Amino acid sequence: MNQWAFVFAAYGATMAATVGLVAWAYWSMRGAEAEAAALKRRP
Amino acid sequence: MAFLGAGDGASLRWHDGRTVAKRPYAMHGYANPARFLKIARPATAWLLGIGSLLLLVGAWGGLTMTPPDYLQGETVRILYIHVPAAWLGMAGWASIAAASISQLVWRHPLAAVAGRAIAPAGATFAALCLATGSIWGRPTWGTWWEWDGRLTSMLILFFLYLGYIALASAERERGGDGRMAALFGVVGAVNLPIIHYSVLWWRTLHQGQSISVAEGSSIAPELLWPLPLTMFGFTAIFAAAVLMRMRAELARQKVEARLRRSMAE
Repeated sequence: MNQWAFVFAAYGATMAATVGLVAWAYWSMRGAEAEAAALKRRP
Repeated sequence: MAFLGAGDGASLRWHDGRTVAKRPYAMHGYANPARFLKIARPATAWLLGIGSLLLLVGAWGGLTMTPPDYLQGETVRILYIHVPAAWLGMAGWASIAAASISQLVWRHPLAAVAGRAIAPAGATFAALCLATGSIWGRPTWGTWWEWDGRLTSMLILFFLYLGYIALASAERERGGDGRMAALFGVVGAVNLPIIHYSVLWWRTLHQGQSISVAEGSSIAPELLWPLPLTMFGFTAIFAAAVLMRMRAELARQKVEARLRRSMAE
């Protein structure tokens, strides 16, 4: 049993999930703040 | 509920025009989203930058610079991501419980927003704790899963997160004030001491505590050093994700309040 395969699987899953969480939070924030700013500019 | 302005000095004014009396608690100073955002905007970037740096250094050190454990071999390196994931899964719910109490007792206006923002991040790390533990368990214990006290209570925490997210979303869609979700957040905190003491109460497969405040660490220093780096790194990234979700929620509330006002005019 190659132990490194398990190590890389664990690190890969963790990094993918962390990057996914940050990207989702970032884009939802950007979208919402842009919408609020556009609405504020509207007369 | 979204905050708009400082009111008349003795009260706070909301988007919908209602006013509430100012309460004499220091934390209510941050009830003003404008003040909160002033801090949150730069803090998000700093937390993300410092967190990523610490995480990269810690993960690189854990993968390449520490020796294999005499018993676990190379799989000991999973410790550097599993322990922070477990810590954040539990700390996330503790924060939800604190925000819920703050909402129920002091009606802190940002508490419900904070609770809703913490839940997806907490659920992600609770899931990662289960996944990395399972991946570690297969070569070390010879099994992917065991109905052990620690594993089962952690799985329950993950389901609690899913329940909280569903409840908070449903309440929000119905225009509720999030009180049911807050109650759920407080009641769910009962699971935290169960997770913590599970390795003492039920001595099954999961090993006992290796690091404690009172007794220090039983892990060799040459294996231990990347762990604080990944712990602080993941924690900073978690905090950044929560701040971004709170900013998104506040912006969305602002949009909804404006649309409501323009429809009323």
